Amino acid sequence: MGAPLLLVLLNAVKSPEDFSAHGPLGLPSGIYLDGIKTFWEAVDFPRKVWNSVLISGLVAVFGVLVSVLNAYALGIGRVRGRMWVLVAFLLATIVPQEALLYPLYIMFKNIGLYDTIWSVVVVFVVVHGAFGTYLLASVFGAFPRELLEAAALDGANRRQILWRVVVPVCRPTLAVLAVFFFIWTWNEFLIPLSFLVSADNQTVQVGIATLQGERIMNVTTISASALLGVLPTLIFFLVFQRTLTRGLTAGAIK
Amino acid sequence: MRSESRKGYWLYLIPGAILLTVIIIVPLAWNVYLSFTRYRGIKPPIWIGLDNWKELFQDADFWASFQHSIVMVVAMVILPTAFGLFLASLLFDLVGRRFNGKIMGLLRAVYYLPQILPIAIAAIVVGWILRPEDGALNDLLKAVGLGGFQHNWLGSPDTALLSIAAVLVWIQIGYPVVVFMSALQRIDPQLYEAAELDGANWFQRFRAITLAGIRPEIFVVVLTCTVAALKVFGPVYALTRGGPGSSTIVPSYYSYTEFFTAQRVGYGATIATALTVVVLAVAIFFVRAQFRLADQEEQ
Repeated sequence: MGAPLLLVLLNAVKSPEDFSAHGPLGLPSGIYLDGIKTFWEAVDFPRKVWNSVLISGLVAVFGVLVSVLNAYALGIGRVRGRMWVLVAFLLATIVPQEALLYPLYIMFKNIGLYDTIWSVVVVFVVVHGAFGTYLLASVFGAFPRELLEAAALDGANRRQILWRVVVPVCRPTLAVLAVFFFIWTWNEFLIPLSFLVSADNQTVQVGIATLQGERIMNVTTISASALLGVLPTLIFFLVFQRTLTRGLTAGAIK
Repeated sequence: MRSESRKGYWLYLIPGAILLTVIIIVPLAWNVYLSFTRYRGIKPPIWIGLDNWKELFQDADFWASFQHSIVMVVAMVILPTAFGLFLASLLFDLVGRRFNGKIMGLLRAVYYLPQILPIAIAAIVVGWILRPEDGALNDLLKAVGLGGFQHNWLGSPDTALLSIAAVLVWIQIGYPVVVFMSALQRIDPQLYEAAELDGANWFQRFRAITLAGIRPEIFVVVLTCTVAALKVFGPVYALTRGGPGSSTIVPSYYSYTEFFTAQRVGYGATIATALTVVVLAVAIFFVRAQFRLADQEEQ
C-alpha cells in the first residue's frame, strides 16, 4: 500500500538522465532537487497550497457550524417532520455533482463568485455539512436529557444550552468532523476543476492535474509535483491519524 | 407548552435550509429543466421536449459509459468489499488475538492511506507505473522474463479501462477493511470460542458470526461505494480523459465534456439527470433492502 509513495520519493530526487538510464525502479545515483524547484516555481506552489488550506479550512469551520445548527434542531429540538428534513439534506451527499454543475456555474457567474474560492467553499459547506447534519443529528439524539433539563432549570436559554452544554460535550465528535471535512475538501476535484479556472485561484489538486495534462513536464518534475502534492495530506494524516480512525468508527455505525 | 417549546428550534434550521435550497435543490431542478432544452450556454435555452432523452437512448457512447460504470462497481464495490471482509476477518483472527491494539492501529492507517491520497497524485504514480516505454510494470515484466506481455496499459483501448479499475481497487480497499475491522471489535470473542467447541469450521464461523454480526456495516460500505462508483470522475479525468477513443468514458465525465468542451449544455444536463436517477434508485433500493432485513430479524 505504501510502495507507490516510496516510488514517488525515489523519483522526485532523480535527475532526468538518471531516470532514463535506470528507469523508475532504480535507486537515485545522487540527490537532485531541480525537479522540485522547477515545479515549485512553475505552478507557484505556495499559492496553490494557500488556496487549498484556505478552502479546506473554511469548509471545515463553516461545515461543522452548519451541521451543529441543523443537528440541534433535528436531534435535540426533535422538530416535527425531522425525518423528511434529514432526507432532504441527504440528497446533497447522494446527488451526483454533475447534476448541479451547470446551474451553479451560471449562478456563480451572475453573482460574481465564479473563479473565486468562495464558490467552492459554499458548495462543500453544503455537501459535507449535509453529511455532518446526518451524523450529528443521531449523536445529538442520544444526548443525555438530564444535562439539558438541568441547564434549563438553571435558567439557560436555548442558545446558551447549545453553546455551553451541547457543543462542549460533543467537542471530540466535532473535531473528527472538522478533520474529515478538511481532508475531503482538500481532495475534491470536479467542482474546483470547473469553477477555479485561473491559476491564482486553483487548488493543489487542480494545479497538478492540469499541469500533467499539458505534458510539458519531464518525469522528475512530475514526481516532484506528486511529492509536494502529497506532503500536506500526509502530514495532516500523521497528525490526525488517531482522530481519523476513531471518527471512522463513529461514521461507520450510523 | 410542549409544541410551543419545539417551534423555536426551527430557527436553527434556517441557515442550513437556505443553503441547501440555493446550492442543491434549485440547481437540481434547473438541471432537470435543462435536460428538456437545447442550450449552448450563450443564448437562452430553447424547450425541445423529449428530444435529448430520445437521443440519449440511442447514443452508443452513453450506453458504453454505463457499461463502464458496471466495471467501476466491480472495482470499487464488489472486489474491495469481498477482499475487505477477508482481510478484516483474517487480521482479526490472526493478529487481533495475539497482538496489541497498536499493530492493529498501524495496519489500519496503512490500509487507509490510499483513501486520503489525492486522486491527482495517485494518477501520477499510476501513470508511470503503467508508462509504455519505461514504466515499472513493463520493466518488471521484462525482468522476470515475461517481456512478451509488455503493453501500453493506459494507452490502448483494450486495457485502459481495466487499468483504471485496478487502480480503483487499490484506492478503495482500505475503506472496507477499516470499517469492518472496527465493526468486528463489537463481536464477543466468546461466540467464536463457543462455535469452535461445537465443531464449527472456519467458514461456518465466518458466515454465522462474522457476516451476521457486521451486516449493518456491510450495507453502509456497499451503499456508499456503489454511489461513489457510479459518480466516479477524478480517476478518469486524471488518468485517461475518457480515452483512447471513448474506451474509458463514464457518465460523469461524459456530462462534464458535454458541458464545457462540446458546449451542448442541454444534452450534458440530460446525461447528468439520467445519472442522478440511477444513483437515487440504487440508494433507495439499498436502504429499503436494509430496512426489510432488519424487520425480518425482529420477527
